[in-house]
Amino acid sequence: MNFDKELDARGLNCPLPILRTKKSLGELESGQILKVSSTDPGSVKDMQAFAKQTGNELLSTAENGGQFIFLMRKH
Amino acid sequence: METKKMAIIATKGTLDWAYPPFILASTAAALGYEVQMFFTFYGLQLLKKDLSGLKVSPLGNPGMPMKMPFGPRWFKGINWNIPNALQSLVPGYENLATSLMKQTIANNGVASIPELRELCVEADVKMIGCQMTVELFGFDQREFMDGIEYGGAATFFEFAGETDICLFI
Repeated sequence: MNFDKELDARGLNCPLPILRTKKSLGELESGQILKVSSTDPGSVKDMQAFAKQTGNELLSTAENGGQFIFLMRKH
Repeated sequence: METKKMAIIATKGTLDWAYPPFILASTAAALGYEVQMFFTFYGLQLLKKDLSGLKVSPLGNPGMPMKMPFGPRWFKGINWNIPNALQSLVPGYENLATSLMKQTIANNGVASIPELRELCVEADVKMIGCQMTVELFGFDQREFMDGIEYGGAATFFEFAGETDICLFI
């Protein structure tokens, strides 16, 4: 899937992946898509919770060998 | 949707206890909350311009695991259970424990306290120092960050009374 911006949050731990996601979304226009990669297992639930509370849409979550890839569409 | 609000009272001035208030404040701000933090008693240490003095002490702190931030996995897993009496006798033990903790924090990709505090400032988290404690402990306002306010209990309630979440840490 295409995305407009990529954020590498690998190696970072709570709450940094969420804080960096918020910052990166701020640099996008409404409707654009952010790809986030992280290694923090806690970020799976946290990204869902972030999306739910901020109105941004979590399009997909995938895991690949301890790495998590999220696609989020800006509200 | 009306903006949600959170207030935190930060009362602890050690490296370990600096984390919960700044993690929660920065995350709440990222979720769109309006956040105020009120720093009182030892919590004032978290407002110092220079945060390098924050320490963590395993002495009399039975909940704190003493683990090494280096070496193979099995070695890192050992909990060095050192008796209080011995800890209190070894000069520089607190400094050693603090530097080991800082190394563990960095190894795990956990943000430093100055970094988290800066993220709070960037997110417009409002920080208020307790005026009474500043006087009580003989602090000089020049020791603290720029751009903070000073006030008392009534100042805290003015915002706290309107909040959705209010925490004492």
